[in-house]
Amino acid sequence: MSSEPVVQARGLVKRYGDKTAVDGLDLVVAAGAVTAVLGPNGAGKTTTVEICEGYRRPDAGTVRVLGLDPVADAAALRPRVGVMLQSGGVYSGARAVEMLTHMAKLHAHPLDVGALVERLGLGGCGRTTYRRLSGGQQQRLALAMAVVGRPELVFLDEPTAGLDPQARRSTWDLIRELRADGVSTVLTTHFMDEAEELADDVAVIDAGRVVAQGSPERLCRGGAENTLRFTGRPGLDLGSLLKALPDGTRVAEITTGAYRVTGTIDPGLLATVTSWCAQHGVMPEGIAVERHTLEDVFLELTGKELRA
Amino acid sequence: MSAGTYTPRPGAAPLPRMIAAQTALETRMLLRNGEQLLLTVVIPALLLVLFSAVDVVDTGAGEPVDFLAPGVLALAVMSTAFTGQAIATGFERRYGVLKRLGASPLPRWALMTAKTFAVLVTEVLQIVLLTVIAFALGWSPQGNPFAVLLLLVLGTAAFSGLGLLMAGTLKAEATLAAANLVFLLLLVGGGVIVPLEKFPDAAQSVLGLLPIAALSDGLRDVLQHGASTPWGDLGILAGWAAAGLGAAARFFRWE
Repeated sequence: MSSEPVVQARGLVKRYGDKTAVDGLDLVVAAGAVTAVLGPNGAGKTTTVEICEGYRRPDAGTVRVLGLDPVADAAALRPRVGVMLQSGGVYSGARAVEMLTHMAKLHAHPLDVGALVERLGLGGCGRTTYRRLSGGQQQRLALAMAVVGRPELVFLDEPTAGLDPQARRSTWDLIRELRADGVSTVLTTHFMDEAEELADDVAVIDAGRVVAQGSPERLCRGGAENTLRFTGRPGLDLGSLLKALPDGTRVAEITTGAYRVTGTIDPGLLATVTSWCAQHGVMPEGIAVERHTLEDVFLELTGKELRA
Repeated sequence: MSAGTYTPRPGAAPLPRMIAAQTALETRMLLRNGEQLLLTVVIPALLLVLFSAVDVVDTGAGEPVDFLAPGVLALAVMSTAFTGQAIATGFERRYGVLKRLGASPLPRWALMTAKTFAVLVTEVLQIVLLTVIAFALGWSPQGNPFAVLLLLVLGTAAFSGLGLLMAGTLKAEATLAAANLVFLLLLVGGGVIVPLEKFPDAAQSVLGLLPIAALSDGLRDVLQHGASTPWGDLGILAGWAAAGLGAAARFFRWE
């Protein structure tokens, strides 16, 4: 796998009227990986991806995709990049297999259409016109159209929006197969579990900026604090517990007899808490460490719930 | 699918193959659409048969079909190049088809070329059908076939430009309404079945400048009256073609 990033964006700005959709965004996408651009609706995900696809020119900043300018070098880039739009993109009167076959004909070395149709479970609706396909079938057809030309890099804009759990798993499997075969994937999503399950790298985006980027594990461990909870006698002297704990740790009795320790929770800290309890004759019941999820990270970074 | 199936092997197909595939798809989309067929085949054929058989409109001296056939051919060109193309392209723009194809290896100019070829293929089918019907009704065309071809090509260019201008600037629903309205108005006021001489003099001079009037008048001059080359009508069509295609190229929005 080449080490050159497949997308390098620096200082991207895009305004629509007096609304700023993308506001000084930096993004580097590694080759051969699955990168999730995660954020709530209106965060600037689609605008960012569409700048990379050459659909929009940024008002400021630079972007290179596979080392090329998406607008100036569009002709050279188009065969190498697969695109799945958030919706639409197919003649309403075209049949599913007909449209996919057509996309294949525009490429020099396309995938086998029949096998791809089977793989995505579109066999049953191959002769159905696009407007009569279900939302999930339309999504899968759009995904198939993005990969049929055997691209190096695919941009998938909310590839699993509106899919049932089974179709969603099947889409995830396909994206993993793409990665195994060396295809780089950039996908946008507002599903935390999708980013955690699938992505090697997550760019958390809010109000047009990348507010954090890293592997799901690193984001959960690094950015956010973890929590230790236990219950015990009400009205414990938390001052003396706090003195025993490392700097920056916080302790609170959130409801009567329910305690919460917030900070970097490691085995040492756990031992400190339990030995302090032993010294004070407290039996800490229901002691539990909560690992932070990407959802917590997001909340912490942006102060917003991802799914409203 | 086995490991290695998706290993990147990008590349655009050769241009002629892409344009041929796109032309075939565009033509199938045109011919599959019921409303389009009503507009492009059923209405011109019905008008030809009805007004040849029933003497509703005074078409002047000679067989009615000799007056009507050139007008109906002009109408067929307008229905496909203008009305049909405007509506189809407007909805393709609305549903992101143009946007998605814009990310495929097919260049935009090649997409427009394929659309033009699809229009021409449809027109050939229309003209064959209408010619057969006209002959069955006793049509006896005259004149220079080359002049007829030139008129049809320039008429197609003029109507395509106007249709694409509409599709590329208005909302799909507005295009649908406007394209049908224009079709109806030009059908009545463009010398297709009602001779322009039936209108007041002042109206005639204005209506005569319409592309549909220039096309039907030019075709009639050649096919009915045996004129060699109707330069005036060709000039009007060329003017519309330049203005329409120029404006479409300038103002067409792909999304």
